[in-house]
Amino acid sequence: MTSTEVDFGADMVPPVPTTKTFEQLVLHPDRATYTQVISALRDRGYITATDLTVVDYLNHPGRSDLPEPVQPERFEVVVSLFDHIRRHRVRIRVQVPAGDPIVASLYDLYPGTEAMEREAWDLFGVVFEGHPDLTRILLPEDWVGHPLRKDEGIGSIPVQFKQAPK
Amino acid sequence: MTVSSDESTTSVTRVSPDSAERVRRRDGSAILRIPDIDTVEAVSLPTGLGTGHQDDERMILNMGPSHPSTHGVLRLLLEMEGETVLRSKPVIGYLHTGMEKTGENLTYLQGPTNVTRMDYASPLFSELAFSLATERLLGIEVPPRAIWIRMLMCELNRISSHLLFQATNGMDLGAVSMMIYGWREREEVLRFFETVTGLRMNHNYIRPGGVAADLHSGWQRDVRSLIDLIPPRLDEYEILLNDQPIFQQRLQGVGVLNPEEALALSATGPILRATGYDWDLRRDEPYLDYEKVEFDVVIGTSGDAFDRFAVRLEEIRQSLRIVEQVLDLMPEGDYRTQDKKVTPPPRGRIDESMEALIHHFKIFTEGFHVPTGEAYEAVESPRGELGCYLVSDGGPKPYRMHIRGPSFINLQTLPHLMHDRLIADAVAIISSVDPIMGEVDR
Repeated sequence: MTSTEVDFGADMVPPVPTTKTFEQLVLHPDRATYTQVISALRDRGYITATDLTVVDYLNHPGRSDLPEPVQPERFEVVVSLFDHIRRHRVRIRVQVPAGDPIVASLYDLYPGTEAMEREAWDLFGVVFEGHPDLTRILLPEDWVGHPLRKDEGIGSIPVQFKQAPK
Repeated sequence: MTVSSDESTTSVTRVSPDSAERVRRRDGSAILRIPDIDTVEAVSLPTGLGTGHQDDERMILNMGPSHPSTHGVLRLLLEMEGETVLRSKPVIGYLHTGMEKTGENLTYLQGPTNVTRMDYASPLFSELAFSLATERLLGIEVPPRAIWIRMLMCELNRISSHLLFQATNGMDLGAVSMMIYGWREREEVLRFFETVTGLRMNHNYIRPGGVAADLHSGWQRDVRSLIDLIPPRLDEYEILLNDQPIFQQRLQGVGVLNPEEALALSATGPILRATGYDWDLRRDEPYLDYEKVEFDVVIGTSGDAFDRFAVRLEEIRQSLRIVEQVLDLMPEGDYRTQDKKVTPPPRGRIDESMEALIHHFKIFTEGFHVPTGEAYEAVESPRGELGCYLVSDGGPKPYRMHIRGPSFINLQTLPHLMHDRLIADAVAIISSVDPIMGEVDR
């Protein structure tokens, strides 16, 4: 990775806790400053949002990589941004509580996140406020539930073979 | 079309943040955002969706999911006025089988069998992204020979995938002989894959720690015959397609995207490069040993369907260049890591040592444990940035496995490309975006 050493977290207002995992910079803003931080990053040259996904930490034994004062919550929205000029990737991890799984949409900043946020809502039930069309994308429109949540079991449909011995 | 050369001279265009604003402004007129159930009613209404005037001729046309030009099961809702497409909505999910959930229930060693089925036209890239992310979490080094085998196989896979594109793109535009030719050459590459991996597709060849098996003796001869076979055929394609007026008229100026829009829509791969934006992860965020081989990043000038076609055609030549260098530079040595944690003991040891037998058994039943953490690794697949985000809880199975499928993201460009174009162009545009539905739906 040809990244120049940059630490954005500290000089942002308010400062954002940062960590490094395997040479990649990770920012941990809270929900209130989430869009503000991403908008600041975009102005600094992170012109494309490569990825957006959610992780459900319900059964996870505990994350040790969260910096002070970030409180772990059940859901975590993970966004990858890329600065093509400095060739630098940054990851943003936001904690989203289970009781109120709402986070602001990035659609206004990066229109390309539209499908990713729809997918995240479809599979995890995290609501992206301000999204133009937050509907199911991979599952049928009348589907109930969000299957990538950890408390959604993996279903199995028993197959009945006519000739099977009883 | 131009070819940009080495790293020192590359420049990435600075993109103004207003591009998102411009894309959004067009969104309303390009993207159809209505649920399925409403379209049923809208189709049956004589006045259609529009403003309610009696002379409003708008209607909703449903295209697919089983339509020959949609490459599988892509369904499109098109809002038409006469023959012009106004707004459109890609409806996906027909191949959704919950592969990310499946990935949470397979060990890291079984993982590649799952991800390889996502992008079935270039399966090795998904395996590679998954393996790189796992290796990152494990903190293991892969021996040089494994790295170079991976590069060889991936570049050949890029060739086979782009050949498939040439075939289907030709078929969609009515150049049916091209379909046969593209398929014919692709089959030669797949034959090599079959010799090396045992399978034509869904190889499960690239695994955490290296590759599944060493190259067979005489692989150089087989690769050499591919290098000799394909370039003259590419010249034939150019005679058949590039200079043909019908082909040009069907593609030139159709589905134009500029670099700012492509970036705002997170598009990657040949779609982004065809707009003239010089970006390739192999060169700009080198993984494996791509910095040790010479190749050019192919970029287009106008960002239309013709450029996307031409970029892919030229990328086959560049991949052949890489393959040729790999042929000369392939190091000797192990084809997988000798780290006892992830690699089972050799067969001979199992007969003499009880511990080796237990160890072997544990690796294949329980799997190896991966330290807690998260990692994102991306590779340049034939369709763009293919990323794998892995979260580990310290167990033998990924806690969360997410694949950033380039086809899924690139599909968002469709409504923008088709807006205000004729319906006949829609077919050419879908084809030029080259989505693989297995990866879109996952």
